[in-house]
Amino acid sequence: MMASSYKDEDGHITVSGSGAAAGAGGGSLRSKKPENTAFKQQRLPAWQPILTAGTVLPAFFIIGLMFIPIGIGLYVTSNNIKEFEVDYTGVEMSSPCFTCSQNFSWNSTKPCTCSVPFHLDQPYESNVFMYYGLSNFYQNHRRYVKSRDDSQLNGNEESLRKPSKECEPYAKHNNKPIAPCGAIANSMFNDSLELIYIDPNGTKVQIPLTATGIAWWTDKHVKFRNPGAENTNLTVVFQGTTRPVNWRRPVFQLDSDPDNNGFINEDFIVWMRTAALPTFRKLYRIIQRRSNVHPTLPRGNYSLEVVYNYPVRSFEGRKRMILSTISWMGGKNPFLGIAYVSVGSVCFLLGVLLLIIHHKYGNRNNAAEISH
Amino acid sequence: MARDGEDTGMAKASKAKRQRKKKPKENKTRTVHANIHYDNAKGEENPNRHYASNKIKTTKYTVLSFLPKNLFEQFHRFANVYFVFIALLNFVPVVNAFQPELALAPVVFILSVTAIKDLWEDYRRHRSDKEINHMDCLVYSREAKRYVEKYWKELRVGDFIRLRCNEILPADILLLTSSDPDHLCHIETATLDGETNLKQRQIVRSFFDLDCDFDPLKFSSIIECEKPNNDLNRFRGYIIHRNGRRDALHKENLLLRGCTVRNTEEAVGIVIYAGHETKAMLNNNGPRYKRSKLERQMNVDVFWCAFILLVLCLFVAVGHGLWMFQYGDKRPVFDVLSPEGTDLSLVMSVIYLFLTMIIVFQVLIPISLFVSIEIVKICQVYFIHQDMDLYDEETDSQLQCRALNITEDLGQMQYIFSDKTGTLTENKMVFRRCTVAGVEYSHDANARRIAMYQEIDSEEEEFMSHGGTLPRRDSVTSHQSGRVVLRSHSTKSHRRTGSRAEAKRASILSKHTAFSSPMEKDVTPDPQLLDRVNECSSQLDFMRFHHQSMSHLPSGLSDIIDFFIALTICNTVVVTSPNQPRHKVRTRFELKSPVKTFEDFIKRFTPSRLTSGSNSSSSSSLNRSSNRGCSSLLSSPSTESTLTKLNEEHLSGTLEQAFSAFSPQYDEKPPDHPEEGELRYEAESPDEAALVYAARAYKCSLVGRLPDQVTVELPHLGKLTFELLHTLGFDSTRKRMSVVVRHPLTDQITVYTKGADSVIMNLIKPPDTGNTKGKRQKKIFCRTQNYLNLYAADGLRTLCIAKKTLSKEEYARWLQRHLEAETTIQGREELLFESALRLETNLHLLGATGVEDRLQDGVPETIATLRKAGLQIWVLTGDKQETAVNIAYACKLLDPDEEIITLNADSQEDCGVLLEESLRYIQSKFLCNSRDPSTKTFLSNIAHFEIYPQSSLSSSQTAHFMVHRLGLVIDGRTLAYALDKSLEDKFLAIARSCRSVLCCRSTPLQKSMVVKLVRNKLKVMTLAIGDGANDVSMIQVADVGVGISGQEGMQAVMASDFALPRFRYLQKLLLVHGHWCYSRLANMILYYFYKNAMLVTIVFWYQFYCGFSGSAMIDQWYLIFFNLMFSAFPQLITGTLDKDVSQETLQQLPQLYMSGQNSEEYKPYMFWMNMVDAFYQSLVCFFIPYFAYADSDVDLFTWGTPITTIALFTILMHLGIETKTWTWMNWLSIAFSVALFFTAALFYNASCPTCYSPSNSYWTIQRLLQDPLFYLLCAITPMLALLPRYFYRACQGTLFPSVAQAGRQLDKLPSDTRRNVLGLSRFKMRSLLGAGPNFLSLSKPKVSQTTTPGSSQDKQSPMKQTRKEKGQKIQLVLPHSHAPSHATHSPRLSGKPKPHSTKHSDETLPPPGPSSPSQTASPPLVKQMVSIHLNLPPDGASQCVTYTQSSEGGLRCGRVAEPAHRTVPAAERAPHTSL
Repeated sequence: MMASSYKDEDGHITVSGSGAAAGAGGGSLRSKKPENTAFKQQRLPAWQPILTAGTVLPAFFIIGLMFIPIGIGLYVTSNNIKEFEVDYTGVEMSSPCFTCSQNFSWNSTKPCTCSVPFHLDQPYESNVFMYYGLSNFYQNHRRYVKSRDDSQLNGNEESLRKPSKECEPYAKHNNKPIAPCGAIANSMFNDSLELIYIDPNGTKVQIPLTATGIAWWTDKHVKFRNPGAENTNLTVVFQGTTRPVNWRRPVFQLDSDPDNNGFINEDFIVWMRTAALPTFRKLYRIIQRRSNVHPTLPRGNYSLEVVYNYPVRSFEGRKRMILSTISWMGGKNPFLGIAYVSVGSVCFLLGVLLLIIHHKYGNRNNAAEISH
Repeated sequence: MARDGEDTGMAKASKAKRQRKKKPKENKTRTVHANIHYDNAKGEENPNRHYASNKIKTTKYTVLSFLPKNLFEQFHRFANVYFVFIALLNFVPVVNAFQPELALAPVVFILSVTAIKDLWEDYRRHRSDKEINHMDCLVYSREAKRYVEKYWKELRVGDFIRLRCNEILPADILLLTSSDPDHLCHIETATLDGETNLKQRQIVRSFFDLDCDFDPLKFSSIIECEKPNNDLNRFRGYIIHRNGRRDALHKENLLLRGCTVRNTEEAVGIVIYAGHETKAMLNNNGPRYKRSKLERQMNVDVFWCAFILLVLCLFVAVGHGLWMFQYGDKRPVFDVLSPEGTDLSLVMSVIYLFLTMIIVFQVLIPISLFVSIEIVKICQVYFIHQDMDLYDEETDSQLQCRALNITEDLGQMQYIFSDKTGTLTENKMVFRRCTVAGVEYSHDANARRIAMYQEIDSEEEEFMSHGGTLPRRDSVTSHQSGRVVLRSHSTKSHRRTGSRAEAKRASILSKHTAFSSPMEKDVTPDPQLLDRVNECSSQLDFMRFHHQSMSHLPSGLSDIIDFFIALTICNTVVVTSPNQPRHKVRTRFELKSPVKTFEDFIKRFTPSRLTSGSNSSSSSSLNRSSNRGCSSLLSSPSTESTLTKLNEEHLSGTLEQAFSAFSPQYDEKPPDHPEEGELRYEAESPDEAALVYAARAYKCSLVGRLPDQVTVELPHLGKLTFELLHTLGFDSTRKRMSVVVRHPLTDQITVYTKGADSVIMNLIKPPDTGNTKGKRQKKIFCRTQNYLNLYAADGLRTLCIAKKTLSKEEYARWLQRHLEAETTIQGREELLFESALRLETNLHLLGATGVEDRLQDGVPETIATLRKAGLQIWVLTGDKQETAVNIAYACKLLDPDEEIITLNADSQEDCGVLLEESLRYIQSKFLCNSRDPSTKTFLSNIAHFEIYPQSSLSSSQTAHFMVHRLGLVIDGRTLAYALDKSLEDKFLAIARSCRSVLCCRSTPLQKSMVVKLVRNKLKVMTLAIGDGANDVSMIQVADVGVGISGQEGMQAVMASDFALPRFRYLQKLLLVHGHWCYSRLANMILYYFYKNAMLVTIVFWYQFYCGFSGSAMIDQWYLIFFNLMFSAFPQLITGTLDKDVSQETLQQLPQLYMSGQNSEEYKPYMFWMNMVDAFYQSLVCFFIPYFAYADSDVDLFTWGTPITTIALFTILMHLGIETKTWTWMNWLSIAFSVALFFTAALFYNASCPTCYSPSNSYWTIQRLLQDPLFYLLCAITPMLALLPRYFYRACQGTLFPSVAQAGRQLDKLPSDTRRNVLGLSRFKMRSLLGAGPNFLSLSKPKVSQTTTPGSSQDKQSPMKQTRKEKGQKIQLVLPHSHAPSHATHSPRLSGKPKPHSTKHSDETLPPPGPSSPSQTASPPLVKQMVSIHLNLPPDGASQCVTYTQSSEGGLRCGRVAEPAHRTVPAAERAPHTSL
């Protein structure tokens, strides 16, 4: 008890002690009088807003008037974005991929192909982004998200040989370390999609797809590294590791381009960036604009050639291919525009309501107070 | 606090250990041998070796034990255990949600903050321990054969110590010799009890005769005494000399550690208790741990939070089960198997998930809330400390918060229990009037003088406030700088013994002001009385000269001289001279032989004389209520011989001899002190000093006091020395004190008694009506009684003075029994008490005095303001009823136009009847009076005594009970009956419907019982304020105890939670600081709950989109540090600095305080409202980003980071809406928070691409900052989230503004407009307090025209309304006449507003309603009602219903307690009430 009684007394002791000493010397006691400062007396200059209908009125109107135009702008921008979506899951009987989806599992070795025809009503100017979309795929599942070894993906040799326990149970297979380990890598999307333009005259033109530039720059150059920094021969580097169970090919055979192979394969990197929501899309390829004269994708008939490897039926998933142009605010999403417009309107309406309240009650209130 | 208990616990444990080691026979006592006979080196043989050494160690930890012990202590807090449990849960792989190390961070942070605080405190303790342990003292060394300097810590029990003047006692020491010729040693106990008067301690009696220097080597006695205990007023034991003789030891022989030796050149003693076993150390109790009402309420909501947490977790867990169930056997790729590769069973994964969710949602139980509250409270305490308005220039003291954790309780008080003397009054006693032998001397000149002082006072005050300098203090210091040096030296090292700072301040205070202000010192004598005194003494002189017997003096004259002698000597005042204030006047007037023999005889054989004599002067008021005069422990070894000697004694001291003893030489002898008139009197209680100063004004001055004699200087007669045979000290049971002296003029043994009139008047010898003398006596008696009533009616403290002469034989008889009583071991106190009773009978009445105890500045205004603030004020005083009632009128506690119910009963049954009748009276009266239907229902309820609240919340049921304009006066005896179990309900029912309650003649115990009763039964917040030891129990019982750091020692302050220099500061403390602290903290707590719920529910919504897997899109780092850092500072700033209403308005509109009383800032529904708001806001914060990013390629953390940012913005802006005052600190803190978040995020996202698994948010924020969508989201989401609250607040501000908001609006007005408005504001405020929207109609003038003014309800309206308002704000049905009746006043008053220069609210605002001029002009309606109901004769201006039940008769002419002037005819004093 004494303990705590000391705590606040010691302060006094020093003060009073020195005061007494000063009194002895100079004959004047230092008083305990508190300092008269604005802070200590709690008199700091302050802004004291009072929330009444009258005072908040302007805020509502200003918000309303600002948000509505922004919303309209956003909506228009979003509407200018062209987007096309093809579902090639093959759930319906009529779907060309129906057979593939029916008799496919992770274990089957023989690739199944199907082609989905579609028609573009509008020509797509500028660069077109080609996404694959998955629905009902919980890439954000807690155990799934954790199931990776960043340090292995960063090219750490030790982690390559001895993957982190976070990867369990996808860390080792047949006593060999899995590279890349973990459930995320294991479940990598492995359909390959080709886009073929069918000329009005019937000739099929394969659309050139760019597979690089689809991942974040920092991912590709900082976060993901192949082990054995100098060694370009990935086969040697990955010696002693095994491919993930569901993979057809080992990681060093993902692409022929050495800059897009191994852990720095961009499809892989994109996949490893786990989606936030169960319905998501991931950038698959970019269709570069070739000339200023021709649209990137002219209107007409196309065919989507799918090598159907990825089973989604077990979890009622859907697979889509999306073609989309892009604007400064990203892909097509009218929501934000609508949200801005509606919030703006609500604010405006509430402002009007407040104005009425203010007129009916507020004025009188204040007047009553001051008129006295 | 727990740890305090532990300290003593430790001490006890170690003691117990020691005891176990010792032989069983030693269990009850301690035997101390002198160390001198034992070689230090061979400590094994030293019998004292088991006793604690003088080294003190108050630290709790050692280097090694710190960590385990501190952690152990911290884990006593349930919350800490919870958080550690959660952190540890993270180490279990299957359930972990975060990186385990990271999850530990917050709890480690919290624990280490507390640990560092504890460590720092402990280090300071260690330092001060070290300092104290290394102080020097002189210890006798066997080797050196002299006293050598040693450190305190080297001191051991059994050491001999030489003490020098002004030295501090290092241990509890038995005094063996002293350089003082009277075998005394004077000590100052300021550090122990705050009293600065000198206490005398005597050396052990067996060493009285030692003339030569005491040689420790020759000391061979053994001391046996009791075990160490913490009773400062008790010490028993005996010393066994080598010859086997035993001498008793008592507390007068013991010098306590921590006291300072004064006035004594040198003293030698032996250490009895050392170190932790000293009484001072055992007595050291720290502040209690109290939990404020707000915290209790908060804890309930914390449990609700826990409940919500469990519900959420359960929901998610079940959801997860369902989610898994829908996949059946087909296990999707993203449902990862357990690390072992096995499939988790559904049940197991649900259970695991449940635990995981607890981790993820742990923030819902706010870990930082507890720490934040502590921080905010410390800041609040700091600001209260710093308030200039709570600083008393005169005493250089400011408010002290001794309890750090109940500041917010100050804003929620409902009942104030106040002591009167010293709290409401100054406790500066001013002699006003006296009556001697039935003649009244009114001392008009004195009254004028006092009035003048008051003016000077106020002027000075003004000057001080303008000049800001301290003119008074300067003069004081220059005058007494010598002593200041001494003090600063002496107090340097005393940390151990209680609060040194407080004691010091008390000493400064008492030295400069206590009992000795000029107002008290200078008494202008009444010319008439002065003449008579002169006449009398000249006659005496004449008679002495002519060798005539004293008895020839006319009895009127002898009464006068006796009266003044009694005033002078019947006390325990110590005389000091001003130039050496700490040195008592030491002039021994040698008596001649016959008396000398008597003195010798007394000296040798009646030690009790000494003890009880010095007892009362030194026993101090450590425990004033204890029987003071009867606590000596000495048992005289030879009672028989005393008596034989007494019988043999031939006292030949005749009058002549006595006179010759005072030969003229004494008169001629130059006085020792040239400015004798300047002698200072140090008294324990101020009225003693006042009386001595009064006597001095009549040239009858006390010159010196020694334990065995008192010297008085009388006009013409010169110095007379009275032999002091006994002093029977004052105690609260006897209520009187007596001195037994040998009168030097008559040589008779005379008893002078001074005491409360109620007691003394009963002890007066009934005059035999036969002779004229007897008749005269009777006349005197009756007259004196009348004057006493008159004095009391004037609010004076009355004392009766009486005397009695004893014959030698009577005295001898009494002495014998008294000595027997003193020597008894068992029941000694009672025997001594009886012995005193035997002596104090058949007294001869000399006269009575009236002493004024002035009200403190601003007391009436403060009481009025506090009452307006809805506080019920009860005054509990020990004073007599009349005095108390009059003081109550003076301080506006009672109103002249309010009825007073007086309860005086003589027995339990009477009391019951009385209570019943008063209750019925109240019912009937207010039933008839009221046209208000709600009142009627209330009154029908009253019969059921519905005083127990259904809920713990007081607000709802206070509405049931209205407070009428009634005052209740009850005396101590009746109170004792009323507090009985069977009657307490009725008593409460009456008391709570009265506006003010006055309990007179109440004992300390009753005070605390009343407080306890009200607190427990009514479930209200109580505050007790007092200044003296008798208030301690009350202060401790109340929710908040306030001590007035005044002049009556420090006990009240030590027991209190807050110590104020003045009563009037209570107003600002409660109305401003209390209100602020409460509203700040309440808002902060609510905000905290909101904030945590909001963050957690965002994560909760996400569970619907991640398969209820416990995933969080908010990065674990953000989630954990969000509360701890990112959003922590602004709320601390707001919690510390926010002012909902300015202090001026708070003080001018006390009604604002009611919001705290009704807990309006934090009602249970508000918690839920905040929860709902948090849910809504989190929905917005979740779903806007959700839809904005729906079906996009956004990844988990790129999506989660904007949500975090949005949540932060929303939370900060929410705080912004709730913040009422924006200072630069608020802006800074918010800017800091935002900056901190972004800086931290940027650093975190750039620091390491592979660490922080499982979140891999590398470069996320950097990319987001380039994304316009991010900004668009940050703009819209907080807006939408806060829209409802903002809109609600705006509507609330306009449609149904709270009272506080009205106050805030007043703040904004320019100052002169504001003053005008405040002048009228009571109308507005009152109506505001009434039914909600009602106030809007207030300004409509047409209402006022339709109604008639002056209904009877006007009289009760303000209080009624305000009380009624509690709890039921809107449904309240007001009588129609209410608002109109206010309104009628408004036009009249609206013409009046003019700027007032005074600050007191009461002056600016005349009391509402009733006090308006029309009321005083016309007789109040209530009065008429009363006369109808009660058939009381219309008397005076005020009403008083007096219930008196008295079976006493006889001598008491009109003594029954009716307030004077309102005396109900005696016929009505039958055992029935005046009803």
